[in-house]
Amino acid sequence: MAIAKKAVVWGLFAGGGTLTAFIYPALIALFLLIATGNVPAGLQYEQIHTFAASWVGKAVLFIVLFLSLWHAAHRLRVVAHDFGIRKDKLIANAVYLVATLGTLMTAFYLISIS
Amino acid sequence: MEIRQIELEVMRYDPEKDKQPWFQQYTVPCQEDWAILDALNYVKDNLDTTLAYRWSCHMMVCGSCGMMVNGEPSLTCKTFVRDLPGKVRVEPLENFPIERDLVVVLDDVMQKLHKVQPYIIRKDDPPPEGVEYTQSRGALAKFKQLTMCINCMCCYSACPQYGLDNNFIGPAALALAHRYNLDSRDQGKSQRLDILADHDGVWDCSFVGACSEVCPKHVDPAAAIQQMKIDGALEFWKQKLGFPGGES
Repeated sequence: MAIAKKAVVWGLFAGGGTLTAFIYPALIALFLLIATGNVPAGLQYEQIHTFAASWVGKAVLFIVLFLSLWHAAHRLRVVAHDFGIRKDKLIANAVYLVATLGTLMTAFYLISIS
Repeated sequence: MEIRQIELEVMRYDPEKDKQPWFQQYTVPCQEDWAILDALNYVKDNLDTTLAYRWSCHMMVCGSCGMMVNGEPSLTCKTFVRDLPGKVRVEPLENFPIERDLVVVLDDVMQKLHKVQPYIIRKDDPPPEGVEYTQSRGALAKFKQLTMCINCMCCYSACPQYGLDNNFIGPAALALAHRYNLDSRDQGKSQRLDILADHDGVWDCSFVGACSEVCPKHVDPAAAIQQMKIDGALEFWKQKLGFPGGES
């Protein structure tokens, strides 16, 4: 017997869960603020763009989006299991495929910001 | 002392006679301080000697009298009649095959308790005669809560994952394993994790937390399992990247 590969996806799930629990409430609050026209100083489009164009900014955004995607994917898999859907392999492949695609797209779009 | 009549609705099943389980009603005159186990004992002593159920200590120590009381996995010696409505339904623990009436077959869990190696594993030679492995109070406090488990199996009955797929090692056995993983005298954590973090181990838990909610001894198997997931994930990378896996 050995440690199952589930350890890998669970690691990403746990990392993503910890991160999203802290970051997403703030992001939602900021989104609502900005959507209602109250853009906080320092979060103007130009400043965010400069941040996203820097390599540090790209790395931060990549980590946040990558972990969130894998967190959500694993969460959906577990929810399906809890609902009694007995197609774990199929669901796991589908959700992790979406997360993989999302990760690749995140990398692609982040790199293309200049 | 005031006597209160309750309607006890008890699941009966004799595999040699019955095609399926059925319910039998008993009217039981209960004293104020009676637990459901007292009511069952009254039935056995005065109304129906054929009723089969397990019990031993009547003081929350032996873990024999776990049953479903009004749908909740409970220790019947700790579940008081005064806290319940006039009609009480008693069934055998859910998620287990029924042996007879309220007695369930626990073989599966007994195997699992054995499988997780719930004993101190040392990599060094046994100590010379008379030498003990000492432990500080702080080190004991880390796992003491987990030693309170009495194997009543209420947690298995509450666990939806065990109900869906009984290959899952399950709460009590995993909590017991974690108790040894956390023990400062133990050196078997990485060896144990190969079993605990295998396919049917900790990963099947989706952290519903029902095990910890129903535990009559306030053990927290749900937390133990999540902690073991972290250990398992770290151990996986340790083994993959070739770090020494030795635990102290």
